[in-house]
Amino acid sequence: MASNAENIENLVGQSYEAGFYTDIEQEMLPPGLNEATIRFISAKKNEPEWLLEWRLKCYQQFLSLTEPVWANVTYPSIDLQAISYYAAPKRDEDRPKSLDEIDPKILETYEKLGIPLQEQKVLAGIAVDIVFDSVSVHTTFREKLAEVGVIFCSFSDAVREYPDLVRKYLGTVVPARDNYFSALNSAVFSDGSFVYIPKNTRCPMELSTYFRMNAENSGQFERTLIIADEGSYVSYLEGCTAPMRDENQLHAAVVELVTMDDAEIKYSTVQNWYPGDEDGKGGIYNFVTKRADCRGKRSKVSWTQVETGSAITWKYPSCILRGDYSVGEFYSVALTNNLQQADTGTKMVHLGKETKSTIISKGISAGKSENAYRGLVRVGGSAENARNYTQCDSLLLGDRSAAHTFPYIECKNPTAQIEHEASTSKISEDQLFYLRSRGIKQEDAINMIVNGFCKEVLKELPMEFAVEAQKLLGISLEGSVG
Amino acid sequence: MLEIKNLHVAVEGKEILSGINLTVNAGEVHAVMGPNGSGKSTLSHVLAGKEGYEVTKGSILFKEKSLLDLEPEERAGEGVFLAFQYPIEIAGVNNVYMLKAALNGIRAYRGEPELSSVQFLKMVKDKVKAVGLDEGLLNRQVNSGFSGGEKKKNEIFQLSVLEPTLAVLDETDSGLDIDALKAVADGVNKLRIATRAFIVVTHYQRLLDHIVPDFVHVLSQGKIVRTGDKELALTLEERGYDWLAEENLV
Repeated sequence: MASNAENIENLVGQSYEAGFYTDIEQEMLPPGLNEATIRFISAKKNEPEWLLEWRLKCYQQFLSLTEPVWANVTYPSIDLQAISYYAAPKRDEDRPKSLDEIDPKILETYEKLGIPLQEQKVLAGIAVDIVFDSVSVHTTFREKLAEVGVIFCSFSDAVREYPDLVRKYLGTVVPARDNYFSALNSAVFSDGSFVYIPKNTRCPMELSTYFRMNAENSGQFERTLIIADEGSYVSYLEGCTAPMRDENQLHAAVVELVTMDDAEIKYSTVQNWYPGDEDGKGGIYNFVTKRADCRGKRSKVSWTQVETGSAITWKYPSCILRGDYSVGEFYSVALTNNLQQADTGTKMVHLGKETKSTIISKGISAGKSENAYRGLVRVGGSAENARNYTQCDSLLLGDRSAAHTFPYIECKNPTAQIEHEASTSKISEDQLFYLRSRGIKQEDAINMIVNGFCKEVLKELPMEFAVEAQKLLGISLEGSVG
Repeated sequence: MLEIKNLHVAVEGKEILSGINLTVNAGEVHAVMGPNGSGKSTLSHVLAGKEGYEVTKGSILFKEKSLLDLEPEERAGEGVFLAFQYPIEIAGVNNVYMLKAALNGIRAYRGEPELSSVQFLKMVKDKVKAVGLDEGLLNRQVNSGFSGGEKKKNEIFQLSVLEPTLAVLDETDSGLDIDALKAVADGVNKLRIATRAFIVVTHYQRLLDHIVPDFVHVLSQGKIVRTGDKELALTLEERGYDWLAEENLV
């Protein structure tokens, strides 16, 4: 909003308390956003000059942008000056090398959140890069991945160890000026993950990152960059949980994916951040920019998301189908309950010849929630024989929730084929009675019907993730039917 | 086992059942026949606890408990099963998965431990053969893309797994050709045991050629107007329902 931008500009003009941002021992930055904040973050992370300059340039672009208002969500204006932009866990220098070295209290929190890290490490062979607040505290399996040349590390490490790769791709998929939140992220991003899959390499395991937020008043600004070089493949899992809390927290992440010729990235998300309580108090504001650039011929990106958390979700994982014969897929389940609001969907931009995209979106609205699908299919003049299939289904529970569909189609090539199917239904009394008459409790029956409704999307998730997602849908619907 | 006393049921203020009295004992098979609109399906639905029916008078006791006080899933736990006239399709839900949840729901209600997947699948394999259901249907979505006959067989298969003490078959013969009818009836006959009672609701006598009832009740305008043995069904087949209606007026 304009007033916000003015505030920011006023504050930028103010002098900062001398010496504050040179104090490298400082573990938490006091709330506030200005150029000094950015310099502090960059200095704290020992970033090279080019990155600081990039951040500052992005910050200038951010100042020229305003908060978007077109989404079907309402919330009070966010005071960016009330957010702290850097928080690191204690004993930063003393990074643990294995789980045994991690504070048992932290492990306990993860256990409570249902993230059996130990088990996953051993049983599933998943490499886990945990982002605890802003700094990555743990990376496993890195050596094993290194054997095949796969780079999977925190973003900060990547800046230090692979600066050329980072510099080559950072901001090339989501330019800072893309939108208000992506510009903010570009200026102040804390940490995140970096993945590089070399040519003709199939990543030997699923890469998984668990995110969470903990520290008081700390906004989280994750930055993820995944590059799949020619003929490579990677499956990347992102799961998110957040502890109970009362204050709204802003989360503005940016995820950039790049696929070269014949490369494929499968990106799966289960998002379960704190949605706020039944009265809409608290909860995460999840304003995320995720985009894939299918640069190479025959490359493919598949987004699968299960969104059950956050007070507000504003998220459109997109594909730019630049390479000829490239393929984009978007499978989404968005569930809203109580006073949650979701405005989510995708953009499929067809630029190359014979490009193909599939969109399957399942929206479930319960309580008094608002759930919107917003999707753009754009076919450029050069995209001969582009094809898109879109299916958007909405399921309503109760009579106080709402479902909306905003499909946009822009087609500049007459050879394109675009299909759109949409349905809205209420959970059927007949189905409920059928299951209950078989001995299944009402709540379980609803879960079963909802899970069935989402089946087409859930089956796109890796096995363990699908099970987790199913449980999550059940938990998220608790108390939705009286 | 089941005692229905002076049951009056209304739908949206209109009385559909007007004083039903029916006693069913373990091991018995009762046929409830009657013309369209006589209240047959209403009776089935009220027994299973479907919403939208208002019981204005009367009682239903099942094993000395008031059935009307129980939720549909609790009735299932007590041992009531309804085979639907039009089995419901549930997209995306696996048939066996649903059945396992149902059986374990019933077991939990009774304070019995859950069956493991291994135990459950072994039992299912045995039972699916007994009712002549194509094993391939087990892992399909519930009733989705099933033929009419397959849907009805699936109902009987569910009955065989859930092992109710009272099974209500609501027009199980509707929409079946003669071969499918026979197959379904064979399935039911195998499930007739001394501890289980059946209420077979049907419009036509032909089902009763295959599932031979101990009692036949004729429902007309919300009342049981005649009770007899299997011969009554044959008479109805010959003379139609009008004859009874007329006689009743006399």
